[in-house]
Amino acid sequence: MITYSFLQHYWWFLISLLGGLLSFLLFVQGGQTLIKSLGKTEDERKLITNVIGKKWHYTFTTLVTFGGAFFASFPLFYSTSFGGAYWVWMLILFCFIIQAVSYEYQNKPGNFFGKNAYRGFLFANGLLGTFLLGAAIATFFTGSQFSVNKANIAEFSGQFAPVISQWQSPWKGLELLFSDLRVWLFGFTVFFLARTLAVLFLKNRIDNQAIEERLKKALLMNAVPFLVFFLTFLIWTLLAKGFAVDPATGVVSLEQFKYFNNLIQVPVLLILLLLGVVGVLYGIGFSVLKNTWRKGIWFAGIGTVLTVTTLLLVAGYNNTAYYPSTYDLQSSLTIFNSSSSYYTLKVMSIVSFLIPFVLAYIFYAWRALEKGHATIDEFKEGHSY
Amino acid sequence: MELLSTSLVDWSRGQFALTAMYHWLFVPLTLGLGVIQAIMETIYVKTGKEEWKKAAKFWMTIFGINFAIGVATGIILEFQFGTNWSNYSFFVGDIFGAPLAIEGILAFFMEATFISIMFFGWNKVSKGVHLAATWLTITGATLSALWILVANAWMQLPLGMEFNPTTVRNEMVDFWSIISSPVAINKFFHAVASGWVEASVIVLGISSWYLIKKRKEEFAKKSILVAASFGLFAVLFIIFTGHGSAQQVAAHQPMKLAVMEGLYEGREGAPLVAMGVINPKKETYNDDVDPVVMAIEFPKMLSWLSFSDVNAYVPGIRNIVEGGYTKPDGKIADSFETKKQMGQTAITALKNYKIAEAAKDTAAMAVHKTTLDANYKYFGYGYLDKPEDTIPNVPLVFYSFHIMVILGVLFLLNFALALFLGWKNKLSDYKWILWVFLWTIPLGYLAGQLGWIVAEVGRQPWTIQDILPVQAAVSSLQTSSVLITFVLFAVLFTVLLIAEISIMLKQIRKGPESN
Ligand code: HDD
Ligand code: HEM
Ligand code: HEM
Repeated sequence: MITYSFLQHYWWFLISLLGGLLSFLLFVQGGQTLIKSLGKTEDERKLITNVIGKKWHYTFTTLVTFGGAFFASFPLFYSTSFGGAYWVWMLILFCFIIQAVSYEYQNKPGNFFGKNAYRGFLFANGLLGTFLLGAAIATFFTGSQFSVNKANIAEFSGQFAPVISQWQSPWKGLELLFSDLRVWLFGFTVFFLARTLAVLFLKNRIDNQAIEERLKKALLMNAVPFLVFFLTFLIWTLLAKGFAVDPATGVVSLEQFKYFNNLIQVPVLLILLLLGVVGVLYGIGFSVLKNTWRKGIWFAGIGTVLTVTTLLLVAGYNNTAYYPSTYDLQSSLTIFNSSSSYYTLKVMSIVSFLIPFVLAYIFYAWRALEKGHATIDEFKEGHSY
Repeated sequence: MELLSTSLVDWSRGQFALTAMYHWLFVPLTLGLGVIQAIMETIYVKTGKEEWKKAAKFWMTIFGINFAIGVATGIILEFQFGTNWSNYSFFVGDIFGAPLAIEGILAFFMEATFISIMFFGWNKVSKGVHLAATWLTITGATLSALWILVANAWMQLPLGMEFNPTTVRNEMVDFWSIISSPVAINKFFHAVASGWVEASVIVLGISSWYLIKKRKEEFAKKSILVAASFGLFAVLFIIFTGHGSAQQVAAHQPMKLAVMEGLYEGREGAPLVAMGVINPKKETYNDDVDPVVMAIEFPKMLSWLSFSDVNAYVPGIRNIVEGGYTKPDGKIADSFETKKQMGQTAITALKNYKIAEAAKDTAAMAVHKTTLDANYKYFGYGYLDKPEDTIPNVPLVFYSFHIMVILGVLFLLNFALALFLGWKNKLSDYKWILWVFLWTIPLGYLAGQLGWIVAEVGRQPWTIQDILPVQAAVSSLQTSSVLITFVLFAVLFTVLLIAEISIMLKQIRKGPESN
């Protein structure tokens, strides 16, 4: 029998998975911040831009789908977070608008701003986009200031806005940057992770001595800060208070070591997290040690998907409030009180069975375009960025 | 709780309108050019003639430039439902979110995946696979249009749902009726066909320019042949589906229909206005000033178009406000005051229900729920104040509608003429006609924008027809925040548009061979 609770868990899993995939695909953004430092000549830069650029649609579409799926399965989150942390999301959106045109326009004659402006857009997207997405995800563990009162909708005097979710800070999301140091930690984690993955991806794809030399150095320069930020965030969060929900009454309270307890009480999550972290470390470590080994991206990539997916599962499973309110604990969002109805989740679940087909053709297309290693000459003719 | 500010509502509407209209500058060309280039590539694969491949590749370059900015403007629309219409997102998210999610999963990924093969795969996959990728790219784009239009149609005709006072939201009960809604079907075909028409107008115009300049003439003639035949088919289809859309409006949104036609006083055997001038002296819906002056009319046509009956009664704005006429289903229409009363009763019942629920008084909950259900169909009217709140901007909708229809007829003539002259190979003999084709390009864009103005401005103040007006849908933000993002969007999109146009002009000047 498929219960409501099962569907809510299933959809939180899909959201977490999309979040994990998105984190991996952010290597495109990471690569955008490396074009200048890894490529010294224009040809080299063009090579890097094209190798990374062929994948930008995937990241972008995953972000869009992450948003759409979140809307459909947890609409109360959509209205509370997007309508509340307005400026954070708006800044993220601006970063992605400018990215979407930049690949196609940077080398076209008549592009109005010149190539460097579009490279600047790509850099801004890589820096701010990754940092802010990380910061937004961190608030799943640290909390925000909002209240939810559904009875507000019955206010019709015409004097008050009958809005259900009310954000309490007039800074509309910007205050989150000063709410908890972990927001910065995770922001930088995602930024350096994206760059590390980009290095590994380029190492896998590119056949060019000069660039490969620089990749070696870049790997360490980015992997070390990534690990420092990530491990600090992880350990801090596991030891910190978390937002626990009483399954019987739905009352939310603070519990010491909540996220750590989730890992112990749901061992699958612990195993997934360890697998993920080991995968990332293995992918990075072996690439550092063995220069000819090009497969690091797959280990680190799959490790990233596992790690981030599990982190999000830890935030939502085992009676935890995944979008906590520090202003009013009882307004916190859980996968139970913020989900769509049983019927909607069921319909959407049926649609989700088509996801394997989507993954299959993505896999096919990715493979079809990645025969052999990329060289500078490859992008001298035909459609290129 | 924050005070409601009308300027907040207005700026939020402005921002949505601005971003939606920008998005719709690029979407139609994606939808139409996608088909045109796929047709050309199909001819190339069938005949093996290199010219067709060159033609297809040229239009693909244009497609790519347009597509990039289409994507850039699309992401904003999706997230804006959350950022600026957060109450809306909660109140109907259970229904409205699903098509958006399905669009991402099924349509956008198809588009994004196969577009990469279309652009980068020429030498990496076989001819047949490449052709399939080209068709799948446009299929993905068209499917994305399907889902978003299902969502939009549902806002115009909400069905397949029930209001649940415990969760305080509308919940989906019948997915099938939402996707098979007659409004959705008409909207999908009409809007997608408008993309086909716009792209055909543009391809015809650009190709005419080559003929005027006596450059790339073989290529231009081939492109004209494809654009004119495809465009002719599309424009006939658009007239047919436009008529279908009008019938749906007549059935479900009588106020929109009355505003489209500037009809204040209802009548039997109502005439269709071909064109007219709105009387600026008309101040309120119930003064006796004649609303339309200098009108050219087709007798009884409006009744026939709306209800397939030359003598059918079409209510005017005043009748819809005052109620009392007999609707097509035989019931007597309610007045605005009655609807407002019922809306307020429904909202009060919801309030009492929540109080009873907190006190765990199940008996009282049942009573309030009964009251709520009985009055729910006019829930949104409870937020409104006066009858004028329900009347959209008459001149804007009226002119938009009529100009759209006139442009449809103009395009029909253009395509027929282009096809005829192309057939006789006489296109280059009539330079002035080529100039007309060239100057029709902006009108193609105009027609599409006007269509959305009819559909969207014509349904004000509703985000969900009769259920949720704009002032109850908006997020609780400072007006200044929305004002700033409005300006940022306006500047950013305008600047990107300038870059896009300038790149396109350069590519067109370069022409097919050299890309
Ligand atoms: C009838 C067609 C149609 C309509 C009414 C809309 N769109 Fe659109 N949209 C498309 C047809 C389309 C498209 C043809 O599929 C686009 C345009 C250019 C493109 O790249 O794909 C697209 C792109 C596009 C993207 C970028 C997708 C990507 O990553 O590839 C998003 C997020 C949206 N749209 C969202 C919306 C929303 C939220 C709309 C309503 C408010 C909307 N669109 C109206
Ligand atoms: C791309 C095509 C579209 C265009 C050009 C368009 C145009 C507009 C315009 C001009 C307005 C402002 C009306 C006013 O304030 O007077 C508006 C409002 C709005 N439209 Fe659309 N629209 C489009 C598609 C959609 C779709 C597909 C949806 C839903 C999925 C939608 C939902 C809304 C909402 C929520 C508002 C704001 C509230 C309101 O003012 O009604 N629009 N749109
Ligand atoms: C020639 C006869 C035409 C008729 C009778 C017609 C009729 C209509 C009607 C009644 C609507 C409003 C639908 C609603 O509110 O739900 C509409 C919307 C629209 N029209 Fe047309 N139209 C015609 C031609 C065109 C042309 C030539 C274009 C553009 C090239 C166009 C583009 C649109 C668009 C984009 C919309 C908004 C989407 C929608 O609501 O379907 N129309 N049309």
